[in-house]
Amino acid sequence: MAHVHTFDTIIVGAGGAGLRAAIEVAGHGKTAVISKLYPTRSHTGAAQGGVCAALANVEEDSWEWHAFDTVKGGDFLSDQPAVDVMCREAADSIIELENFGLPFNRTPEGRIDQRRFGGHTRNHGEAPVKRACYAADRTGHMILQTLYQKSIKEGVEFFNEFHVLDVLFADGGECAGVVAYELATGELHTFRAKATVFATGGFGKMWKISSNAHTLTGDGPGALYRRGIPMQDMEFFQFHPTGIYKIGILLSEAARGEGGILRNSENERFMERYAPTIKDLAPRDMVSRSIYLEVREGRGIGADKDGVYLDLTHLPPEQIDAKLPDITDFVRTYLGVEPKTEMIPIQPTAHYAMGGIPTDVDGRVLRDAGGTVVPGLYAAGECACVSVHGANRLGTNSLLDLVVFGRRAGKAARAFAAEAALVDVPDEPEARTAEMLASIKAGKGGEKVAAIRDDLQVDMQERAGVFRTGELLAGMQEKLAELHERYAGIQIDDTSERWNTDLMEAVELGFLLDLADCVVESGLKRTESRGAHARDDFQQRDDANFLKHTLAYRPDSGHVPRLEYKPVELGRYEPVERKY
Amino acid sequence: MKVTLEILRYDPATDKAPHWESYEADVDPMDRVLDALHHVKWYTDGTLAFRRSCAHAVCGSDAMVINGENRLACQLLIKDASPEKPIKVEPIRGLAVEKDLIVDMEPFFDSYRSILPYLMHDGPEPDKEIYQSPEDRERFDDTTKCILCACCTTSCPIYWGSGSYVGPAAIVNAHRFIFDSRDDHADERLAILAEKSGVFRCRTAFNCTEACPREIKVTQAIQEVKREILYRSL
Ligand SMILES: Cc1cc2nc3c(=O)[nH]c(=O)nc-3n(C[C@H](O)[C@H](O)[C@H](O)COP(=O)(O)OP(=O)(O)OC[C@H]3O[C@@H](n4cnc5c(N)ncnc54)[C@H](O)[C@@H]3O)c2cc1C
Ligand code: FES
Repeated sequence: MAHVHTFDTIIVGAGGAGLRAAIEVAGHGKTAVISKLYPTRSHTGAAQGGVCAALANVEEDSWEWHAFDTVKGGDFLSDQPAVDVMCREAADSIIELENFGLPFNRTPEGRIDQRRFGGHTRNHGEAPVKRACYAADRTGHMILQTLYQKSIKEGVEFFNEFHVLDVLFADGGECAGVVAYELATGELHTFRAKATVFATGGFGKMWKISSNAHTLTGDGPGALYRRGIPMQDMEFFQFHPTGIYKIGILLSEAARGEGGILRNSENERFMERYAPTIKDLAPRDMVSRSIYLEVREGRGIGADKDGVYLDLTHLPPEQIDAKLPDITDFVRTYLGVEPKTEMIPIQPTAHYAMGGIPTDVDGRVLRDAGGTVVPGLYAAGECACVSVHGANRLGTNSLLDLVVFGRRAGKAARAFAAEAALVDVPDEPEARTAEMLASIKAGKGGEKVAAIRDDLQVDMQERAGVFRTGELLAGMQEKLAELHERYAGIQIDDTSERWNTDLMEAVELGFLLDLADCVVESGLKRTESRGAHARDDFQQRDDANFLKHTLAYRPDSGHVPRLEYKPVELGRYEPVERKY
Repeated sequence: MKVTLEILRYDPATDKAPHWESYEADVDPMDRVLDALHHVKWYTDGTLAFRRSCAHAVCGSDAMVINGENRLACQLLIKDASPEKPIKVEPIRGLAVEKDLIVDMEPFFDSYRSILPYLMHDGPEPDKEIYQSPEDRERFDDTTKCILCACCTTSCPIYWGSGSYVGPAAIVNAHRFIFDSRDDHADERLAILAEKSGVFRCRTAFNCTEACPREIKVTQAIQEVKREILYRSL
């Protein structure tokens, strides 16, 4: 039995971006948030270190310095007008969060306290600046809780534990809504809407060592890619330098913001060699690469000599307890190491997707290099690519992105829904999804979802990780062909209707495989090194040929995407060599 | 190392009653119980149903009863779960089982929503932050840590026994706002908690405090709310 719901605006995803959008739309027409998780389970809650804005509460700062840092951090691939929007609206967005109830840490005067974070500097790179607003090391937790609380206050309607698996378009190309699978019953629901906002988060479960939740499988981008929407800048995926060794759980950059130091097996503070000015607080791509170079030269630590140490032992114990309580607990729990007296083994961990669904600054999804808007379709948060983060995101800029562009997307969707008519959905809108699920359930090929996913993660780590070469990426592309073939032969155990998480994991793997195609092909064709995309065989940035965004389209046949490019929107800052 | 997991399985749609099933998993002592459950689900029996997401004790998805205690499966390591004996895993109590380790969370979230869990600040919309001293901020710090996992609430004998008690988690979240200097509506929440279903049902069994994976002093928070009600003699 098919269920059909009709709304003015629907929001897919209940993390920071989705909830912020929902708050903007609430009370204006019929609105629903559809989420595969209970809202408070979203991975925004795992964010630790902070959210930035040039409030200048503790030292001089300006939004223009912030904009410069963001563009430089992004290795000049960011669209500068979008960066200006984000940095200009930052202060207001943070104040608004505080007014919603967010319990930030405070200065002695009672204002929002701020601390240092990687890549954020005063006056165009002079020295680190205190720009990150924070609530101990659980800033994301407080943002997620606060936004959920505010959406309860605003009476937002939720469909929790509904997996969106397909996006619907009318004949004229307008977005008409989505199809979702209700976990509790196994039934399909069609949600018709005038405006649809995607806010489904990242896809870090593509790699083995990852800071991302099990549920971050790129379903939103995956579903849109299958419907012909291109994926932008997918080759740029951030590896955060400090994941817990072998496990990947994140240890926030705040640890270095508070004075933590990276050391190699010879106890040397090696970042002094790679970034003499800001050392351990260099942007993440540089620090992760530096760690790899140390490892390559035999100065690694750990069972496989492929990590380094994060040293907090010189920090006052009270400071650790007050500012870094959660992450030091993670270290105690999962490693059995006491950070106050012992150094912490770490290694880079897959962390953040700079790429995703192409949008403009109002969250409107763009379907081609010419910037054609898809009527009624919006995206915000980590699943979207505005692009403010360019080739490498600065710490604390993602949480900011969520609230600034979540709000803007919500506003734009609300305005659109107020004017637009409801478009028709195709006949039997859920047929394609029903067919996909039936064929997975009927599969008898004997291939295990988990085995394919393990292979994907291990291989992506080796061949599409911190360092890449043409050969590694080409090898990965062949591997992906094999994985797709095996995926066609998957067989699951659970063929029941209710709470079939076996089935959903199979679907999620399908999305991951499609997005991996985008990451690999986009990376293979970008024969330069820029930000998080470091090619050992092309070590220089090549502005003459690659100062442009990649768009990856689903091909008519085979699994390798078709690529197009679109120019970067420059602004005040001309690309220069990136030194720290 | 090889461990045995004994899991209480139940699908109300097909099973007459819950039943134990036993599984072997090959894990490392430093692995999480969640890893062992994944091992079972991914390689032995895909029909096993449980919730999980973050895998490091911040999202609150995977509260379950492990060896008789409410734990997050992702926070308890194998080495600490008496792995020489079968590790017993059951759904949390007091909420209806939907399938295996998945329970109906709606009544839990209903209680949460009933205590008005959002900031209510009177007066003109400020265009800057509402000032708050570090001391005032510290006053409610402990109760901001709640991840709504339901470990506390579903460890409470009063909650098991009575459908109407709001339970410790709802009180913890009320505390978070009652003692926030920026909030002007503590009285409303205190009035709700002074009702029959509220704080005075608590018999200070301390189960909740022991169960909290975030080490929130739950019983103390409940006592503070009780005292505040008496103090304001609502
Ligand atoms: C450990 C960690 C620490 C971090 N720390 C920081 C930090 O200190 N500062 C900072 O700026 N950034 C930080 N980041 C990055 C930042 O937290 C994330 O980029 C951001 O929270 C993503 O938010 P989101 O709203 O886009 O998605 P998420 O919070 O991931 O939410 C995604 C939502 O989409 C829903 N969803 C997904 N698929 C479907 C589907 N198929 N159907 C229905 N719903 C679906 C989910 O249920 C969920 O509600 C950190 C990230 C990690 C992993
Ligand atoms: S999986 Fe998130 S708390 Fe355990």
